[in-house]
Amino acid sequence: MEQALDLLALSPPGWGGNLLRGLNHSLQIAFGAFGFGLLIGLLGAYGKLYGGPVTRDLLAVYTTVVRAVPELVLILILYYVGSDLINQASEALGGGRVEISGVAAGIWVLGVVQGAYATEILRGAIKAVPSGQIEAARAYGMSPVLMMRRVTIPAMMSFAIPGLANLWLIATKDTALLAVVGFNELTQETRQAASSTRAYFTFFLAAGVLYLMVSLASGRIFGRIEKWARKGQPSLRKAGA
Amino acid sequence: MATDATAPTPAHDPAERVEAIRVEDLHKSFGPLEVLKGISLTAHKGEVVAIIGGSGSGKSTCLRCINFLETPTSGRIVIGGEEIAMRADGSPASRKQIERIRTRLGMVFQAFNLWTHRTLLENIIEVPVHVLGVPRAEATEKAMVLLDRVGLAEKADTYPSFLSGGQQQRAAIARALAIDPSVMLFDEPTSALDPELVGEVLTVIRDLAAEGRTMILVTHEMKFAREVSSHVIYLYEGKIEEQGPPEQIFGAPASERLQQFLKSVH
Repeated sequence: MEQALDLLALSPPGWGGNLLRGLNHSLQIAFGAFGFGLLIGLLGAYGKLYGGPVTRDLLAVYTTVVRAVPELVLILILYYVGSDLINQASEALGGGRVEISGVAAGIWVLGVVQGAYATEILRGAIKAVPSGQIEAARAYGMSPVLMMRRVTIPAMMSFAIPGLANLWLIATKDTALLAVVGFNELTQETRQAASSTRAYFTFFLAAGVLYLMVSLASGRIFGRIEKWARKGQPSLRKAGA
Repeated sequence: MATDATAPTPAHDPAERVEAIRVEDLHKSFGPLEVLKGISLTAHKGEVVAIIGGSGSGKSTCLRCINFLETPTSGRIVIGGEEIAMRADGSPASRKQIERIRTRLGMVFQAFNLWTHRTLLENIIEVPVHVLGVPRAEATEKAMVLLDRVGLAEKADTYPSFLSGGQQQRAAIARALAIDPSVMLFDEPTSALDPELVGEVLTVIRDLAAEGRTMILVTHEMKFAREVSSHVIYLYEGKIEEQGPPEQIFGAPASERLQQFLKSVH
């Protein structure tokens, strides 16, 4: 036990600091990817609902392909294709090879994946907004952008939050997949610590606890957000009783 | 006096009525189905025009075409002297124009359509603050006066879902009043209400009529239409079958269909 605690100490020779740094990277990527995914999702949902036929077809291809291909494969494809394209572009412009930041690459890759799921979650949530709410906004002269900001988005929130909370948890755990492209997130750091010290059980248990803590904290935060988003709606529990 | 004979007689007569809304030859089709077959109506300032008719007669569609919630197929709509520019297919030519005109038309819906994620007060100040740019404090002050007027001052911070239909509809009327509408459009304002709640909403509308608000009122409440309106239009299958002052429409209907209709709703 004492030995395990020594191994997990925050300063060297303990590996705890490395694990926390990995967690920090993981959270940065998860946060960025989730935000990027939400942006794609919002545009995607509006495009699917109100866009022209070409937009709708392109978005259908995007959501179908991204949701059909295993995420690990997508990460490999997007990471290598993405860095290759950037390097080719850089060389064509006369520059040298570019060192791609791991965090930026992670956000881009996971964000594209998250965006496909977010598109569908938000599309469903927008469709669930009673049409009368939108109609009242139109009848009082709101412009489309104002209506989106003041009516559609707040009104769809309560329908979207449970799905988005799921998506966020998936984002935190999908960061582990980035270990395959050698990025130093929590899983990669854990693996390094474990193989250097042969204390596999200790380190993977510690990593598991960290992931669990992230999930628990997220659950609480999303609980609050959902309560806020449902303001004005009678409690279902009371309605069901 | 006689020397003045060459002077043109003044065109202005103090009793002259100012036109608030004019609809000319309005047509609306949903696919092959023609719902409105050339409706023309005029509402002058201070008038209450009631549109009555059976279900499917096109009365709601007609009202919804006035603020372009439905896009007419053809026709002209002139509001306060300003004609809404339409493309050949009837869609509004300028989004800006239609948005501006909508802020002068206070619409009250059958299903209230209050924004459920906002309190009554927030519902009422929403359009003044965010569309018309009225300072929040000023809008709030006015909203409280309006809420008080419809008897809901103590419910200002309540969300709509916690209120009865009658209360929600009264709040929706306050929301319409908050924009100082030049014309109020009522789309069957009591049809979704329990019978015992109809009276409280009609009382509010009656007061508005009495103070000279211009209104177009689509309704099933015949007694009420007779009482408040200055002009009644009876629609049958998308056409005006008969129109006239309420005493004539309800007292001595000429058309056989209207007679039938009035019998069936009493």
